[in-house]
Amino acid sequence: MAPSERARDLLGVSRLTNSALSSWLHGLPGVDQVGCEERAASLATRSIKTTSKAWAIDTAISMIDLTTLEGADTPGRVRGLATKALVPDPSDPSTPRPAAICVYGDMVAVAKETLGSADIKVAAVATAFPSGRASLPVKLADTKDAVAAGADEIDMVIDRGAFLAGDYLTVFRQIADVKAVCGDARLKVILETGELVTYDNVRRASWLSMLAGGDFIKTSTGKVSPAATLPVTLVMLEAVRDWRDTTGDMVGVKPAGGIRTSKDAIRFLVTVNEVAGEEWLDNHWFRFGASSLLNDLLLQRQRLRTGAYSGADYIADDSPSLY
Amino acid sequence: MSPFEYAPAPESRAVVDIASSYGLFIGGEFVEATGGTPFKTVNPATEEVLAEVSEATDDDVDTAVRAARTAYTRVWSRMSGADRGKYLFRIARILQERAREFAVLETLDNGKPIKEARDVDLPLAAAHFFYHAGWADKLDHASLGPDPRPLGVVGQVIPWNFPLLMLSWKIAPALACGNTVVLKPAETTPLTALLFADVCRQADLPPGVVNIVTGAGATGQAIVDHPGIDKLAFTGSTAVGKMIARSIAGTRKKATLELGGKAANIIFDDAPIDQAVEGIVNGIFFNQGHVCCAGSRILVQENIAEELDHRLKRRLATLRVGDPMDKNTDVGAINSRKQLERIEEMVAVGEAEGAERWDSGCDLPTNGFWFRPTVFSGVSQTHRIAQEEIFGPVVSVLTFRTPAEAVAKANNTPYGLSAGIWTEKGSRILWMADQLRAGVVWANTFNKFDPSSPFGGYKESGYGREGGRHGLEAYVTTGGRG
Repeated sequence: MAPSERARDLLGVSRLTNSALSSWLHGLPGVDQVGCEERAASLATRSIKTTSKAWAIDTAISMIDLTTLEGADTPGRVRGLATKALVPDPSDPSTPRPAAICVYGDMVAVAKETLGSADIKVAAVATAFPSGRASLPVKLADTKDAVAAGADEIDMVIDRGAFLAGDYLTVFRQIADVKAVCGDARLKVILETGELVTYDNVRRASWLSMLAGGDFIKTSTGKVSPAATLPVTLVMLEAVRDWRDTTGDMVGVKPAGGIRTSKDAIRFLVTVNEVAGEEWLDNHWFRFGASSLLNDLLLQRQRLRTGAYSGADYIADDSPSLY
Repeated sequence: MSPFEYAPAPESRAVVDIASSYGLFIGGEFVEATGGTPFKTVNPATEEVLAEVSEATDDDVDTAVRAARTAYTRVWSRMSGADRGKYLFRIARILQERAREFAVLETLDNGKPIKEARDVDLPLAAAHFFYHAGWADKLDHASLGPDPRPLGVVGQVIPWNFPLLMLSWKIAPALACGNTVVLKPAETTPLTALLFADVCRQADLPPGVVNIVTGAGATGQAIVDHPGIDKLAFTGSTAVGKMIARSIAGTRKKATLELGGKAANIIFDDAPIDQAVEGIVNGIFFNQGHVCCAGSRILVQENIAEELDHRLKRRLATLRVGDPMDKNTDVGAINSRKQLERIEEMVAVGEAEGAERWDSGCDLPTNGFWFRPTVFSGVSQTHRIAQEEIFGPVVSVLTFRTPAEAVAKANNTPYGLSAGIWTEKGSRILWMADQLRAGVVWANTFNKFDPSSPFGGYKESGYGREGGRHGLEAYVTTGGRG
């Protein structure tokens, strides 16, 4: 079913208008900021030790979209990042690989070539990332380029300006149109929650993105602070849980930006487990958009194996910062 | 079975040192009881005996009251407020320094989850001493009336649900105002009060200012009846509160009573639903529902009753019930066999009355006292489970149609301790709060406590307030001398 057809069906309208979308989105239950942040803080106090910690570290590694999104990205850097994904820890071949490499569209071919036939996806950011300030034809061309270059996944940004202006129909159409040119590529919809600010907006943008056919909802571009906070991710996990209750379909969640330590990653996994449920504890349904997180997970993994902390010099890193 | 099973994360009990037996803390030192039958306190999660505790006799209570009187007349009532404050600040700091030790001991003796003892009981207990330490030299400016002076010797009897926290609620304001204290902890949870005696010594508190006598109902009655007591402060059941009120009728003794409750947690159809579900969980399953202000009745607007039921039960299935010492445990052990029997009896009553019973079916440990988080739906106002305090992890769900009906049902119990309102509409919150006959009304939250906020009840939930400026009024007399 096409997104607009399903949307009309869910909203019970014969024609999808902005006012129909507004009524529907504004009819979602509100989010109490204090209560939401309290719930996230209480989930963050879970104490994950020994075997469950080992499981969580390996699962978190397998959920990473290893990311480089810089003006200074070169073929060499992208090759290095892809090689790191193939062999995250040369000292331990049992280390799981991350789910994907996430790059700008023009670097997709380089990443694909390096990864070869390995089961690691290539995700490309598109639609005038990160601001999204371009015309729809430009956004679609950007997406088609990435798909043509072999991208398995497209990370698009929503038009936050249109969303904040109440023009939900424009946001809906752009997502649906981008989805239509994705072909087999899975579409992640970046809400840029740091610009939406309120949890009510995050909830509405999540439902709007799912309604328009997004396969994933993603918090942030990583270019705006705050990026992926635990409460924001909690609200999005509630949204995908409730969306499945409503439609029977699962949608993935990807917090991106600002998750740097194993401790943080484990808190997110606990939240996935207790809010959305165990079905989302799989890299088909949950991802971390991160660059430095992998190295901290590897460090903790080595510590669990050897009983001692090594250090940064024992974690092979082919993509250190330029600065 | 979830792929993400949390491995056991037990808190270490090595930090506490429990003696095999305890005497009474009178006049600054531990003394042997003069007779009485020693009793055992057990860990309700395992039924392991933790220690043997003395039963204070009438003579022991008399000795304690005399010690308190001596300390009052010779030292404490003559000391400047600033100096009393110094002792209270010192106690607050020691409680913070020894927080982990107290939290572990509280969990062992009470059965509450370590995360609650660690994150709620101990920080709040210390906060009560800090808060009242600040008042000690400012009583003249607390709008209590002209020339506020202490009452004398205060008898305090506290319950088993928040042993150290209730001790703090009682002792901190009493001492800040210049009174001395004879306190009896509950017979099932005496250990943190006995450890607090050690804190008093560590803080160099003058001997006799705080006296701790252990025992059951007879010891409590001895305190109530002792002619040397100027004021009684009691937290516990309404039945015992009434007995105390009868006992002191016609005497010069003053009293504050903080008794039972049957709070309504009212959920409107525009509520932030996910947070409301958390508020219900926190309202009734916090501390196994052993909370006098627990939100034991959910009043939900009828048009969202089904949806709330679905969301609540899904959430309850994720609650982790079990070893209170595990840092991931959400719901611990029922405090005693007696209380477990009371809960079982009331749940049987609910079923017999025709309400629909649901629990998550989670595994329970084999030893110890346990009860699964339980929801009764289809409850009517005339059911006993909608009227009587169960004091356990059992919630009754009732429905309403309009705000006025919600108020009427919320107020329609003999109690009036607390209430909760969940709605995104601020004007409705204010209107409701004005109509509800409850000492505490929470809006879009539940079970939040702060030493600066007065706490206490309407109707059979008792009288007097604890905490805040209002709480000081219960510990001073004002006006002309003599």
